[in-house]
Amino acid sequence: MPVIEILGLEKTYATGLFRKQRKHALHAFTLEVYEGEVFGFLGPNGAGKTTTIKLLMGLVFPSAGSARILGLSIGDPRVHAYLGFLPEQPYFYDHLTARELLEYYAQLSGMEAKGRARRICEVLQRVGLDGSAETALRKFSKGMLQRVGLAQAILHNPRVLFLDEPMSGLDPLGRRELRLLIEELKAEGKTVFFSTHLLADAEALCDRVAVLHAGRLRGVGAVCDLIGDAGRVELVWRGRNPVAMRPLLLETHISGELVRGVVPEAAQEEAMKILRCASLPLVSLTPVRTSLEEYYLRQTQSEAPPQEVRA
Amino acid sequence: MTVLTIARSTFREAARDRVLYSPAVFAVLMTGAAILVGQVSIGIERQVVINLGLAAVTFFGVIVAILVGTGLVAKEIQKRTLYTVLSRPVERWQFVAGKFVGLAGTLAINGGLMGLGLLAALRYVSPGFSGADAWVLVAVYFILLQLLMVCGLALLFSTFSSPLLAGVFSFALFVLGNFAQELRDVAQSGAGWVHRLMVGATYLMPNFSAFNVAAGVAHGESIASLLILHNSIYAVTYTGMVLCAAVLAFEWRELQ
Repeated sequence: MPVIEILGLEKTYATGLFRKQRKHALHAFTLEVYEGEVFGFLGPNGAGKTTTIKLLMGLVFPSAGSARILGLSIGDPRVHAYLGFLPEQPYFYDHLTARELLEYYAQLSGMEAKGRARRICEVLQRVGLDGSAETALRKFSKGMLQRVGLAQAILHNPRVLFLDEPMSGLDPLGRRELRLLIEELKAEGKTVFFSTHLLADAEALCDRVAVLHAGRLRGVGAVCDLIGDAGRVELVWRGRNPVAMRPLLLETHISGELVRGVVPEAAQEEAMKILRCASLPLVSLTPVRTSLEEYYLRQTQSEAPPQEVRA
Repeated sequence: MTVLTIARSTFREAARDRVLYSPAVFAVLMTGAAILVGQVSIGIERQVVINLGLAAVTFFGVIVAILVGTGLVAKEIQKRTLYTVLSRPVERWQFVAGKFVGLAGTLAINGGLMGLGLLAALRYVSPGFSGADAWVLVAVYFILLQLLMVCGLALLFSTFSSPLLAGVFSFALFVLGNFAQELRDVAQSGAGWVHRLMVGATYLMPNFSAFNVAAGVAHGESIASLLILHNSIYAVTYTGMVLCAAVLAFEWRELQ
């Protein structure tokens, strides 16, 4: 059963002086996210990622379509008890200390008074802020605020987490710690839906990703499918680059006596025959796999109709 | 419970905000000035202290109500602190109600302290409490009722406009509210749909005419129990209606 079901969700804003013009922030799309998945929501700035998350959080209202989380409509206030949310570039009440802020959120989340203090200590430790619990948030750096944001998102042990650009503002160590935290949350059975620009993180963490561009869903699929076989092979051999080989090569790179050439998979046998005839020793032969970056660029730079890989 | 949690947080924010302390300090200074003026105003010290004291309580109370009230929702939207609150099991009406209760509590404590300062000043110029002092406290109570209405209006405007505009609207209505009775009299003299529109508009704005009892109290006049009841019911009803409008406006507000 899907944990998040988006059914033809669409968002249009009225713009202009008399609000007569319509701007499509999000074109109707359908998407399902399953329990225990780490789902990456990718797309350039202005693609509609934050709008989607705001719609799911009930901060803005859909122009058409609907969505359900854990079987409850997004308009149902009960659903929020099971959700954790980290907004993009979070800002908190800066007159409070980290502990006071978490105490406030714990009360709003309806957490029992008994065990609240212990849970706050646990999450502060988990995000690496146990030494700054009594510091006013106005003295926190951007990275520390991001950590507080994560702490409040996981505080009430939610089943589904929405993280909007969670890596933003974190240094490399912080990013690594966040990746580990997301992996831990997945191991605990949580569903994590996060938006990011950082494709390496998405590739390392996500079970599935969706690519959004200009408010349209361009593709959805399992990362292993998207970064699959590219239909090309890479050959590395020692010596020169034979003339007969050149028409077959899609890419060539010569480094010292090593030649690296990429040929279409169909031309693999012919390329090897040329090397054998020229007595050039083959060092390696590797199938080329598409990176998530290539897939992302293909989806966001082309005007071709959206490609459905596997919903 | 949620409303109280938000109210406590609002109170704590206001208490840690310097804007709350400065009016109290200024009110004390004003009362001190009143004492000085009282000493040079032979025979009317008490009147001068009451008039200046009540004016100071009103002035600083309105400033706090508008400054803090207009920022209650608008600032949370601008700074996006609201996102993490509304993503929890918190309904929008609970947020508005909690913010109002928190600020109303702050204003009550602030106004109460200023009222006590005024009583202390009165004690200084005329030793020993008199029965007329009770009417001074009723006058402070009327001011607090006015602040409650101004606070509700500031909250309403902050749900759909910027803090600056909300402040301008709230202050304008506070000023107009003090002339509401005169405006109603003028509106009654018209005719046709313009007349009906103007009469309607004057009834939509708060009517503070019956709350201004400072001059009478300064002269030792008593306040009728019926007026206390009337003003209490009017303030609670008006504030309740304004809060309902604020909740409706906020329910439809998109947090972009």
